[in-house]
Parts: sequence; structure tokens; C-alpha cells
Amino acid sequence: MKHKTFFWFFLPTAMAMFLFIALPLVSVVSQSLHVPHDKVLITVENCDPFGCTSQTQIDHTLTQALYEADPLGQWAGLGIYFDRGHLAIKEVGEMWRGSSGLGDFFSTLKNLPFYRAMGFTLTFTFIVTPLVILFGFLIALAVNSLHQRLKGLMIFFSLLPMIVTPLIGSLIMFWMIDSRGIIGSMLQILLDNPELSLKASTGLTWITLIIYGIWHAAPFAFIVFYAGLQTVPKETLESAMIDGATRLQQIMHVVIPHLAPLVAFVALMQLMDNFRVFEPIIGFNAEAHATSLSWIIYNDLGGETRLLSSAATTSVLTIIGISILLAPVLVRTWREFNPQE
Amino acid sequence: MLNKKIAFAIAFAVFSSSVWAGCGIDGGRVSIVGNEFPAIQAIGAGAEECAGGGVEVTTNLTADHQKINVQGMTGNPAEYTTAIIANSSIVALMVEDVIRPLDDLVAKHGQDIQKHQLVTVGGNIMAVAFMANAQHLVFRADVLAEAGLTPPTTYEEMLAAAEVIRSTGLMKNPVGGAYKAGWNLAEEFVNMYIGHGGEFFEPGTAKVSINNQAGVDALNVMKSLSDYMNPDFLTHDSNATSAEWKAGNVAIMNMWGSRVGPLQSDEVDAEVASNTDIAGPMTVGGGSIPASTLWWDGWTVAKNISDEDAEATFLAMKHAIRPEMLNDETSSLAVWLIAGYEPTVASRGVVAAAQMGAKPYPMVSYQGLLHSALGAEIVDFMMGKEDAATALADTEAAYTAAATEKGYL
Repeated sequence: MKHKTFFWFFLPTAMAMFLFIALPLVSVVSQSLHVPHDKVLITVENCDPFGCTSQTQIDHTLTQALYEADPLGQWAGLGIYFDRGHLAIKEVGEMWRGSSGLGDFFSTLKNLPFYRAMGFTLTFTFIVTPLVILFGFLIALAVNSLHQRLKGLMIFFSLLPMIVTPLIGSLIMFWMIDSRGIIGSMLQILLDNPELSLKASTGLTWITLIIYGIWHAAPFAFIVFYAGLQTVPKETLESAMIDGATRLQQIMHVVIPHLAPLVAFVALMQLMDNFRVFEPIIGFNAEAHATSLSWIIYNDLGGETRLLSSAATTSVLTIIGISILLAPVLVRTWREFNPQE
Repeated sequence: MLNKKIAFAIAFAVFSSSVWAGCGIDGGRVSIVGNEFPAIQAIGAGAEECAGGGVEVTTNLTADHQKINVQGMTGNPAEYTTAIIANSSIVALMVEDVIRPLDDLVAKHGQDIQKHQLVTVGGNIMAVAFMANAQHLVFRADVLAEAGLTPPTTYEEMLAAAEVIRSTGLMKNPVGGAYKAGWNLAEEFVNMYIGHGGEFFEPGTAKVSINNQAGVDALNVMKSLSDYMNPDFLTHDSNATSAEWKAGNVAIMNMWGSRVGPLQSDEVDAEVASNTDIAGPMTVGGGSIPASTLWWDGWTVAKNISDEDAEATFLAMKHAIRPEMLNDETSSLAVWLIAGYEPTVASRGVVAAAQMGAKPYPMVSYQGLLHSALGAEIVDFMMGKEDAATALADTEAAYTAAATEKGYL
């Protein structure tokens, strides 16, 4: 392609990438490096239907003047990144010096919001992603071996978990696993433990969220692998059969190598999706036991607090986290498409 | 049938036109944003009566109002000309400086608004309150009678009663409470801490001080109560707690006055509904102030709107809270602060809270930051993973980080 043709061909994409990827990134990074101006506080008399009290309020004229002088707020540098709500450098240092061993250190680390969230996010990501790939592959193999007439119906049913909006799906599950819900009571009877509550213990809540995550995402892996299975070369399979390969050997040596690029694709998508796990935490009301980086952002932005710099900082940390997670997969894909001479 | 419809239409036309004349607005735009529950809906409907003749009235009543009201009032001209808020949420509007003082409008049109309805901050009238709310005791008369108990007046008595109900086998988890991690759990701590006589901040500063004996005692009472609750209590907000009550699983709880009506409605099992009774809030730790906070709901006027719109908004909202809006139907919706309101049976708890000297929820800009920090950090204590002092120290650290970022410290 001529350079000029390429330029005009690529221009719309470049513009869109600049507007929708580069600018928001610059904006979020610059917000994370600034904090609001110091509020000028004054003590005033407040009166409401229940009487008068003297309380501390913001002096708006003085605070407003600060903003007009410098609308972005104060330069904070990496201050927010290192405060207790995020990387908590000072607190982690103190814990390291005060802890008796590695186990003790990690258990006190869980007390800091960022590390608590990372603990759950990473556990969730690294358990759900491989299991989604495994179950997606197994479902695809099973559906692929069905009779032609049954296939359509089975594909439809297998896709249902993905069709349900995560927030709605998790809310429905939340009531089903309640100690008086259908799944909750069934587990109590099966395990002969009338005190069992899936929502009251951290471990069981994590397991519930992980199972939900697999249930929700497996159809995605399934449909990708199912499409891939349609392209497995018949000749190779037939020659393997003639050579006496069992069904397992055919899958191990013909099907899986053929689907390997798709595995990388599904792993990439799932790592990204699972790292920003959010809806199930809201749907299952699991804030007490499990939080994630996305949940921290949501919590900072909502309600009466509006910690905008904190939310921006957590967003940048999420982007960095996803980049680190995806790096191995991306490097691998790069090598596959650019073989070394 | 047709006659009835016509009669109704005529009555409505006569009624609405006479009311419209009563609003006294020449023209302008009124746009309301607020929470969604029956009492607020009645206010919204009242303001809408003023529509017509060059006056445009729209309402957006939603449970998500706090997520949209600041943004909706920041633009110039503001999308919303008034926000219906409570003592905690007015703070966000004042921090962003999007509401105007009402002194001139009150002087011009508000002679008949009662003095105690006017919410003043530093001498400026910032809101007009129209209803009050508080958490107080809700109990099952039949269960208490069967266990030979009287309604508790202190949290210590509540714990003793819970033990009796459990040990006699009447109920396994007799205590209810909105203890969901986050806002609800923090609100219960605020109640309990005030009940123990605690102060949240060092006077005149934004420096937090809750890691003290009152804080530890407050947490310990909450933990003892949670032993008598459904084990899922950290996932139960007011709605889920109400559902537990309706299912007949709970006999005593501290609950919002505005939530009691639905518990006694026809939809609930007759045995539960007819035995649901209320009393004033409880005290704790030998204190004399109730472990509860008083709340008001009121309306404000946006800053970034024309004087004409501000005046129209003031008049329409004033029309919505005029004494004539009180009738048999609306009286039971809330504890109104409007002149001529006769307390109903349902308002007993909130009225008792006010009489016992319950403190209003603090109207301080940085209280919201402490509330969020509490909601996240005392959870580990409630689950038994750390002690009370550590949980309070964590809360103070989380608050300090947030308040430093916001520029309060």
C-alpha cells in the first residue's frame, strides 16, 4: 500500500484511538496526580428543626478563589498512589517490620483496602480463567459430538448464562443461596448442617463468587471453541484414526494444538474480564468479604464522598495491573505472528 | 359510570385551577430531583399542581437521586431547580456550592413557614424542612408477651430479651437490624456511638477521634446484638431486614420510622402485621440520649438559575408543603413538620426520639467521609477477625487518607 493511501485509510482509526483511548488516559492520569485544594474551614451556627448547634463548614468564597487561581487543584505527585487507600507504602513498611513472619505479614496486609481487593481479584482471576477455558472446551466437545438436530437447542441453552446480565444473574443467585432460599436450604439438608450460611463466611462467599464467575463466562469460551472445532481438518483426524489413535489421543494431539491460538484469545479476554470483576460483588452483597479494584472505584465515585482523585488513581492502578497480567499472553501472540527468521 | 367520570373530571378541573391560582406564580421553570418514597412523592405531586399558565413543573424522583443531584445542579442554568435532600445529603450540595440562600425569598413569600422548618447554616437559610425521621424500636407484641417480656428501653434490655426469646425456643435469631456492610452498618455505629456520648471530631477541626472507650463500647454492643441476628446480617439492608420481619423471623429491631407502615400492611401475614408495634428509641450504656439520630427531609433551591425560576421554584415547593396538603391519606405517610400536623399512631417512635433529646445526624461536610470509612473498616470486627480498637484505628486511618485527599486536613 502506498504511504498516502495508508495514511487516509488509517486516519479515522487513529482519530478514534486518540479521542477514545489516548485522551481519557491522559485525563485519568493527570487527575490521579492532583487533589482538591485545601478547604478553608470556618465554625458557624447551624439551625434545623431539632435546634441549633455550632459546626464546622467550608468558607465558599475563599475556597472558590483558590479554584479560580488553579482549576486543576493541587499538585499531589504520587501522594495518592502511596496513601493508605492505595499502595500504602508507609503502612506496608510498618507491617513488614512489625510482623513475625511471611504468613503474619500477609494476614495483616489484608487490612489495607488495596491489598484486600487485590487478594480477591487475583484469586478470582487465576481460578476462574483456567476453569472457564477447561469447561468451555469440554462443553464444546460434548455439543460437537451430539446429533445434528440436538445441536442448535443445546447451543442455545449453553449460552443462557452469558445472556443474563451479570448484575441480574447474581441478584437471582443471591436469593437462591440465601439460608432460606432453594439452593441454601438444599445444601443445609444435604450437608446435614442447619447453621450453614453461604453468605456469612468469607471462604464460602469467595467460592460462591468463583462458581458464579465460571458459570457466567464458560459459554463465551464454549462458543469460541465450538467455532474452532468446526475448522479442525477432517483429513488429519482421519489419518490419526487410521493410525489407531484413541479419541483422547486425537483430542490431545490434533484438536488441542489446532485450537491453541483460540486458547490464547480466550485467556486474554478472560484475564481482562476477571481482573475487573465487579457486578457479582454488588449482586451478592459481598462487600464485607470480597472487594475488587473496580468496586473501590465505584465506592469512591458513588454516594456522598466523591473521592475523584482516589478513583482516578485506582483506575490507573487497574490499567497497570491488566497490562502486567496480559504481558505474557501478548508477548506470546506477538512471537507467533512474527516468527524469528 | 360515565357520569362519575365527568363529575370527577369537573371536580378535578375546578380543584386544580383553584389550586393553581393559589400558587401565585407568574411563570418560570420548576424541576425537582429527590428520593423516591411515598412522602416525597406526595410533595412532588403537590408541586406539580402549580403547573400551567407559563409555569413548567417536572419531577425526577429516584432512589439514585444522590448520584445525580450535584451534577444536575452544577451546570448554568442548572437542570434541577430544587433538590429534596436530608441532613446528610445537603452537605454534598453545599460543598459544591450549588444551592442558594433562601433569605430573600423567605422574606418575600415565606412568612407563613414556621421558624423551626428553616434550616440555617451560618445565619443563611439554606433549606426548608418538611418531615422528620428516626430509627426506633419495632417489636412483636405477641412474642414479647409469650416470653413474659416488656418492650426494651435500653440495648442491654434488648440483649436480655433476645436471650430469653432464643432460650425459650420461640425464635432462633430474634434480633433484626440493617447491618449491611457499608452505609447501613456505619449508620448503626453512628447511633450507638452517639448513645454512648461520643463525639466524632476534635472540636472545630476535621480531625477524627473515635478510637476511644465510647467507640469500643459501641462496637461491642453491636457485636453482641449480631449474635442474635440471622448469620447473613452483613448482607441485610433495610429492605432485607423488613423482609425478615415480614417472614416472622424477627421479634425486636431498631428500624426507620418511615419503614414501619409497610410492615403493618395487608400484604403481610396477619399474625405478624397485627402484632407489629413500635416504641421510642433505646438508650445504651446507661446514657440518657437515645442511641439514634434524628433526620429531616427538606428542599433547597439551585444557585445557577434565574431569579424568576428560583421564585417559581420556591412558590411551587411552598405550595407542596402548605398545611392544606395534610389529609387522612398523607398524614400517615411521614412525621410532617408542617403546621397543623397531628401526630398519628405510626409517628409515635419518631416523636419519642425527638422528645428524648436524640441528636440530629451531624450536618458536617466531612461526616460522609467518616461514614464511608466506618462502613468498610468495622466489617472485620463484626466478623470476629480483629478487635474493636484495631477496627477503630483502621477507620481513623482510612478517614484521614480520604480527608487529606479532599483537602480537609
